[in-house]
Amino acid sequence: MPDSYGRVTFPVTPVDPVPPILITGGRVIDPANDIDDYLTVALSGGTICAVGKKIPEGFEAGVTIDAKGMWVVPGLVDMHVHLREPGREDKETIASGTMAAAAGGFTAVACMPNTTPALDEESKIRYVVQRSEGCPCRVYPVGAITEKLEGEKLAPFGEMVGAGAKAFSDDGRSVSNSYMMRNALNYSKSFNVPLICHCEDHDLTGQCHMNESAMSTRLGVRGIPSIAEEIVVARDIMIAEYTGARVHIAHVTTAGAVQIVREAKSRGAHVTCETCPHYFVFTDEDLATYDTNKKMNPPLRTPRDRAAVIEGLSDGTIDVIASDHAPHCSEEKDVEFAAAAFGVIGLETSLAAAITHLIDTNVLVPSHLVEKMSVAPNRVLGLQGGTLAASSVADITIIDPSCEWSVDSSRFFSKSRNTPFEGLTLRGAARYTILGGRIVFERR
Amino acid sequence: MALSIQHLLGLEGVAKEDINRILDTADSFYEVLQREIKVVPTLRGKTIVNLFYEPSTRTRLSFELAEKRLSGSPLNFSASTSSVQKGESLKDTVRNIAAMKIDMIVVRHGAAGVPYFLTRCTDAVIVNAGDGLHEHPTQSLLDMMTIRRHFGRLEGLKVAIVGDIWHSRVARSNAWGMTTMGMDVVLCGPPTFLPQHTESLPVRVTDDMDTAVEGVDVIMMLRVQFERQGTGLFPSIREYRQRYGLDKERLSRLPKEVIVMHPGPINRGIELASNVADCEQSVILDQVTNGVAVRMAVLYLLGGGESA
Repeated sequence: MPDSYGRVTFPVTPVDPVPPILITGGRVIDPANDIDDYLTVALSGGTICAVGKKIPEGFEAGVTIDAKGMWVVPGLVDMHVHLREPGREDKETIASGTMAAAAGGFTAVACMPNTTPALDEESKIRYVVQRSEGCPCRVYPVGAITEKLEGEKLAPFGEMVGAGAKAFSDDGRSVSNSYMMRNALNYSKSFNVPLICHCEDHDLTGQCHMNESAMSTRLGVRGIPSIAEEIVVARDIMIAEYTGARVHIAHVTTAGAVQIVREAKSRGAHVTCETCPHYFVFTDEDLATYDTNKKMNPPLRTPRDRAAVIEGLSDGTIDVIASDHAPHCSEEKDVEFAAAAFGVIGLETSLAAAITHLIDTNVLVPSHLVEKMSVAPNRVLGLQGGTLAASSVADITIIDPSCEWSVDSSRFFSKSRNTPFEGLTLRGAARYTILGGRIVFERR
Repeated sequence: MALSIQHLLGLEGVAKEDINRILDTADSFYEVLQREIKVVPTLRGKTIVNLFYEPSTRTRLSFELAEKRLSGSPLNFSASTSSVQKGESLKDTVRNIAAMKIDMIVVRHGAAGVPYFLTRCTDAVIVNAGDGLHEHPTQSLLDMMTIRRHFGRLEGLKVAIVGDIWHSRVARSNAWGMTTMGMDVVLCGPPTFLPQHTESLPVRVTDDMDTAVEGVDVIMMLRVQFERQGTGLFPSIREYRQRYGLDKERLSRLPKEVIVMHPGPINRGIELASNVADCEQSVILDQVTNGVAVRMAVLYLLGGGESA
């Protein structure tokens, strides 16, 4: 990719031993260990050797990275992406999606099961795990809650966990039947995995293409009401509390949903939630010319909802920032608004959008951002990352928080171009992505 | 002489001066239409494509007649006879048509926003002939022309638009156009036919028909779509007629000067009693006549033809 904005190592072939790396002069932000200081980080053998004021005695660096002016953070995790493989390799593959992820600063992603066929049994989970070998970013599959995502028959959680599934979701749909949802949540407790809930009352959203609001009235587009999300957020939290299971609410977008989660947390419910960059950057008022690259589900909401999402990020109600990276080819987006597919890509803009719209606006301090983009998604999925403690796996992202760049999707590593950020100027980018002690991405 | 807009995508945001210019021009074309020879040479050499993805009788004939009377060359396209059935995308269809060197596209489509989409696919001038539930600007312009010719003005008049407001692009275009022209617009229908959020429209909204028609100069009845019956939006035609139908009895309680309008096609005996549709206060056929003149005006002003 000669015109891309950086170099991704692909495939990542095993090298033994991994050359030692020394990262000097950077601001090390490691909230899991309560560190936010200018320190040196030494990596060797694929793990973190030491983090401190001094270079460890006898450490011989194969590569030295001057991280002056940069943040050195535990590898970022995007726990909500669609890699489209198997089935829609024209939109994205595990290879292209993980290259986009590495370029976006992510060392791990969790991929949703709404592929063709759906990831609803052990062999399909295993397929994704095998296809991700040699990729520049770790891939953790999310298994289906129900067979074929049809909401009718429970998928084999235990077998899928054995094959590497880290969570379960029928993402793209809600499990409509409350009895089925109760069983799924109840059954999930044996495996200590979260169910990731796409919350949508489908009876309220048929043939709808944007948020129901003053804007949908103006544009003559059937609207997805905020209550379609909130009813199911409330239901799924209630069932989780009743059964004692863990629930993670995907892509929270409305003021009401933020409030429902806030209240549930204050009661002590085992609930976590995420939102996506487009929900804290854009609103339904950005749809005035029917831009299909701003069409996703749940939809962009009102300015009031956007403010509530930002408030939720600020007060800790919203635990995680995930991209809901949803690649679509131009045949599905360069069409009339009602015919356009739902979804936008985000892996290569997520970090910059968060820095520009949350850090530079003083909503979050950098350590809170690292919490939401690394520590919390690791915790929700039960992974080992999100820390720079000695002897942890050396998954590290080095971020230049001040570089300005203009979004040009033709230079993306993703196979798809459906970004709502096209042409916008953002600040901040991953300068290096280090996976298991090896540099897998370097930005030009 | 030209308008400040390049396309007619909707009436939201269209300036009063532009609307006045269209209505004034339409009045002069109205005079032309009274002559024995109803054709002027203003769009000679211009090709106008009528791109209709939804069934239409009135609007389509009206545009085609307007184009012929301006000496333009109409080219008709309807979804049922096109390669749409072979699965060609809208963008490809439009780019293929545009490649044949055409000047204007009059488009009707079931999806809101298609006229905007077309401006991104081609350099041709786009005229919206109805897009989904969004707008139907030439219908509103002919409605305003009809009202202006009847009362001699628009400013200060009050109109009640009654019926399935949520599914009506006519109601939306009139809400914008008529309020821009200084009219007082009330939208009326059962709550299930009203948008949940109306604060973005410059109008008043009520579910009580008697309140809506109080003090009006114009009552505009909208067509009830039978297919919506039984979908939970309203229980029965009979109950609808009782609450929101316009019959002689209801009309007789209002001053004789009140006029009755309907964008057609009428469901006689449902939203409008037959003897109201055909009574002296009805201007429904004037609307159709004026539709040709108003579309001539729009095509002429946007098409940059020779002066009339």
